[in-house]
Amino acid sequence: MSAPMKKPAAETLPRPAGLAGLAADWASDQRTFKDVSWGKAMMWIFLLSDTFVFGCFLLAYMSARMSTAVPWPNPSEVFALEIGGTHMPLILIAIMTFVLISSSGTMAMAVNYGYRRDRRKTAALMLLTALFGATFVGMQAFEWSKLIAEGVRPWGNPWGAAQFGSSFFMITGFHGTHVTFGVIFLLIVARKVWRGDFETERRGFFTSRKGRYEIVEITGLYWHFVDLVWVFIFAFFYLW
Amino acid sequence: MAHAETHPAQTAAAHTEHQQHPIKLYLLVWGLLFILSALSYLVDYFGLQGYLRWSLILIFMMLKAGLIVAVFMHMAWERLALIYAIILPPLLVLVFVALMVSESNYVLFTRLTFFGGGE
Repeated sequence: MSAPMKKPAAETLPRPAGLAGLAADWASDQRTFKDVSWGKAMMWIFLLSDTFVFGCFLLAYMSARMSTAVPWPNPSEVFALEIGGTHMPLILIAIMTFVLISSSGTMAMAVNYGYRRDRRKTAALMLLTALFGATFVGMQAFEWSKLIAEGVRPWGNPWGAAQFGSSFFMITGFHGTHVTFGVIFLLIVARKVWRGDFETERRGFFTSRKGRYEIVEITGLYWHFVDLVWVFIFAFFYLW
Repeated sequence: MAHAETHPAQTAAAHTEHQQHPIKLYLLVWGLLFILSALSYLVDYFGLQGYLRWSLILIFMMLKAGLIVAVFMHMAWERLALIYAIILPPLLVLVFVALMVSESNYVLFTRLTFFGGGE
């Protein structure tokens, strides 16, 4: 960038494509993440740190499962249910997966309607997302109670390696907590959308910053991340 | 450009910060995620075992994760500076995985050697 820049600082300058553009963005001595507001960038960085948290949980589970000399309980059987007399392996987890994916779909559409300033549809879709999330947590509570009733504890279980219980409660518990916080976050933002806070740029009570529809997308990032983590838990803990 | 008339009060830079894509795309991805989840469930339902099972699980997992990050989280439309900052660090976890695989094998070896298979 040898030519003097005459454009106002707020406007994004054209950048070379590919790796040269990457280097230019990082070396620009301005904001690194252009086209992305601070709120979105910070949510991404938070999600990156959360990735490491869940990465460590899954790694701990992998180490426990690989290093035990006792057979690991078969998740396909542990999470099976009798529905109408038929034995369905892993069915509850499959339903939970579909519920969470559906909530991601409605969230993506809520973000879309938010930027179109369609208050009703945005709020309705966010509430639907929260409802799916609450359903997921409810099913998880059912799953936990069932396993606890069957004798699964963090220090042992009737079917095999003792580490099964601790890995299960730690990983799904932490994920369920994330879903719960996501539902609360969704309800708060949905209320603001419904009330029209972002039409009038009403200031938030906590940061006193002007409310913008972008918060819907930032909430969406968090929500999709929760779904993303479930994809990995589903693959490694339930299916493996 | 559906977002052309939105946010007139904001600066020009804010325009590009908006992620506006057709609803149809989201519905398509939603459908694909349903199909991929159903397929990964079927891997368990049909009781596939061994390397076939593990590779199918990993393929479906990566496809689902990729769709969610790329489309639902709009990563496909972000600049490389952000994409690499977010995607590359988690890949380093694979180094940690390699370390722990080696460590777990050693722990299993010591357990079998000194405890005769119990615990």
